[in-house]
Formats: sequence, structure tokens, C-alpha cells
Amino acid sequence: MNRAELLTFHVLRSGMEAFFSITLLSLSVSGLALLIASGLGFPLGAWLALYPVPAKRLWELLVFTGMGLPPVVVGLAVYLLLSRSGPLGGLGWLFTPPAMITAQVIIALPMVIGLTQSAIESLDPNLRLQLRALGASPPQIVMTLMIEARGGILAAIIAAFGSIISEVGAVMLVGGNIEGQTRVLTTAIVLETRQGNFELALALGAVLLSLTFLINFGLTKLSQPR
Amino acid sequence: MLYQLKNIEHRYGARLVLKLETLSVKRGEALALVGPSGAGKSTLLRLLNFLEAPTAGEIVFDGETITPEAPLSVVRRITTVFQRPILLNRSVRANVVYGLELRGLRDEARVAAALQQVGLQEFANAPAHKLSGGEQQRAALARALALKPEVLLLDEPTANLDPYNVNLIEQIVREQNQTQGATVVLVTHNLFQAKRLASRTGLLLNGELIELASTEDFFNAPQDPRTAAFVQGKMVW
Repeated sequence: MNRAELLTFHVLRSGMEAFFSITLLSLSVSGLALLIASGLGFPLGAWLALYPVPAKRLWELLVFTGMGLPPVVVGLAVYLLLSRSGPLGGLGWLFTPPAMITAQVIIALPMVIGLTQSAIESLDPNLRLQLRALGASPPQIVMTLMIEARGGILAAIIAAFGSIISEVGAVMLVGGNIEGQTRVLTTAIVLETRQGNFELALALGAVLLSLTFLINFGLTKLSQPR
Repeated sequence: MLYQLKNIEHRYGARLVLKLETLSVKRGEALALVGPSGAGKSTLLRLLNFLEAPTAGEIVFDGETITPEAPLSVVRRITTVFQRPILLNRSVRANVVYGLELRGLRDEARVAAALQQVGLQEFANAPAHKLSGGEQQRAALARALALKPEVLLLDEPTANLDPYNVNLIEQIVREQNQTQGATVVLVTHNLFQAKRLASRTGLLLNGELIELASTEDFFNAPQDPRTAAFVQGKMVW
């Protein structure tokens, strides 16, 4: 192998490494954000759907408003919170993955809450009574209703995941698109497009689409009736 | 007495839907409650299953006064089969297993026996929602039977079903009552069904118990003119 070939091999290998690290970071940031948003959003959605919550209409209005929040505004708010002079500046999270996860949780949470609530409310209202008549305890009732509403809850997960994995404004603002640290698929696509590397930008876009397809396929399989 | 209800009142908002001075249900009996729609029959069943607490009054179950909420251990001795079967979006078998799972029980034999009793063993793995109306009601009954309840509450269990399913369900209910010793409270619009299944029958009208007597006396020698009008099909409401 001559010097030119060695150099080409080295460039290709380092390119592939960067490519995998970007994909892995995208998946881990959005995956963790989705996990946190689901952990918070499922119980909150069920609470709104099943219990006489005080000021329920106001909460619903806030959730629906949150579902339409522009990601770049979320990014700006998180940026201000985490910046050195901000109230959470002491955490030192700005331009790190935790800042990106925080922003994505804020984007995904209203979607998970609102769609979970809607999925549970769309069930037969007499189902709760039937479950109780079969001897279900209150936690067992909530769990069963969530399983019964799995189609709608899956839609919540898919919608939330789709919105955060494809989101660019917030992660760009709070992550800074730092190579090897906070560069994810969407921010890399923006960068490569600006630099005129359209083939690479398209390849990254194809990876993003494939990942989204595979994850949605897996989630849909999971929701099939037993 | 298994149940003793005293001075029961039940309201939805300002509307009084049930007002019973007294009602007793004997252990092991089959009691039918008849009456026009909106008489409070289904509400009474919900109180008997402790799905709702009465607005006022006292329910004594097996010697224990239940106020205001029944403990789960009491609720689990009773179950209801509703007029419209509400099945989980799972297989027939998973529906029958559900109540046992809630209790932490795994009893394959009991599940198989319940499915066989209602003639659905061949449909055990079929999605419950793909069954016909009669089959769904039988699946709901199997789900209740698997629990071996002390009290089986039936809210119009055969409404809108064909004669084959009506006959099958009545046979099972009779067997539960007479062989298994379950106390049965049946709400029905079908007076013939009350005659076939119940040892005592009561008439509810506008939330009040008008008359409660042995089924024979209820139909052949009613004491209240409203009962007489109802059993003769002459009551206008």
C-alpha cells in the first residue's frame, strides 16, 4: 500500500468512526430523552385521564400548547437556563449531551402526556367498572387500561421519538454541534449541507430515516395483541 | 343472610336513583330483579359488587358492615357479568386468565374448565373481539366462572342473544347456583327467565323495591297491584 492509499484508508476509517459516533450519540440522546419523557408522561397522562384533577382544563390547555412548542424556542429557554449566568448554570451542562437530553425531554413530554391521556380516554368508559368487578386493585386497573390503550400510547411514543430524533434547532443551540461531543445526525446534516457535501448529507439523512423506520417497526410489533 | 341493605339511598348528582328501606339476599339463593328500564336495577347490582358506595345507608356483607369502600378481599368474592360484554383486546384465553392473574393465581385446569363449560375451548386462542355477540358473552361468563365467585351478579346477561346462547347461559347459571352453591342475583327484563332461574323475584320501580317474594308467589299471587300489572304486561311507564 503506497502513501496515497494509506492516507485514503485512514480518511475513510476516521470518517466511518465519526459516522458511527454521530449515529450512536443521536440514538442515545433521543432514546434517553424518550425514556425520561415516557417515565414522566405515562403516569401524568393516565392521571389526567382517570382522576378528577383540579383545574383539569387548564392542565390540558398547557399540554396541548406544549405539543406545539417550536423546538428552537425550547432550545433558547434551555440555553438561557443552563448558560453560565442562568439559574442552572452551575450544572455545567451547556454544550454537553445532558443539555440536549433536557431540551428533547421538554419537547417530547407534552406529546407523551397528551396522547397517553387521549388514548386512555378513548377506551370504553365501562371498562374500569368491569376491571373492578373482576377484582382489580386501583394500580392494576391503571396498568390494564394502559395496556389496553397500547395502540394510542405507541402512537405517543412514535410521535415523540419522531419529533426529537429529527429535531435540529434545540440540539444545535444547547449542544453546539461539537464534533465528537455533541454532533448528532440532524446537526451533521445541516453542517454537511452548508459545506456543500451533499452526498454525505444525503447519506446521513438516509441513516436517520432508516433508524426511524426500524424503531417504529419494532414498536409497532410490540403493540400487537397478545 | 349474605347481604343486608338498610336505608339505602343512591344519588347521581341531585337525582335519586335508588331508595331501599331494606333488602336481604340469602346465601346460595338465586334472586331475580325485574322492572322497567331506569328502575335502578343495574345501580343496585353495582352497589352489591361494591363498585359504587351508596350515598346513604348501610350494606352488611357476610356479617361485616362495608363503609365506605369495600376492601379488595371482599370485592374479589363477588363478580358481575354485564349486559354488554366488555372484553380485553386479547385472546379469549387471556381474558379468562385475567381475573386469576390479578389474584396471583395460575390455574390452567380452572381456565380450561371454564372455557369448556361455555363451549369456547376451540376459540381459546382467538382474539376476543372477533367472536360473535353470543360468544363474547359466553367468554365474559367464562371469565367470571374461572374466579369461582361466591356471588355472581348478572346484569341482563342474555339480552339480544339467540335462543341457543340464552339456553346455554341459563344452564350454566343454574349449575353455578345449584351445584356450586354460588349466590346469584340476576337483573332481567325477561320474566320467563326470572321464572326459570330464580327462587325469589323482586320488582324495582323508580328506584324502590315494590315487592319481593318467592318466584311462585311473585308471578301467581302478587300482593301489590303494580307487580300484578307488571307481570301481566299491563304496566305503562
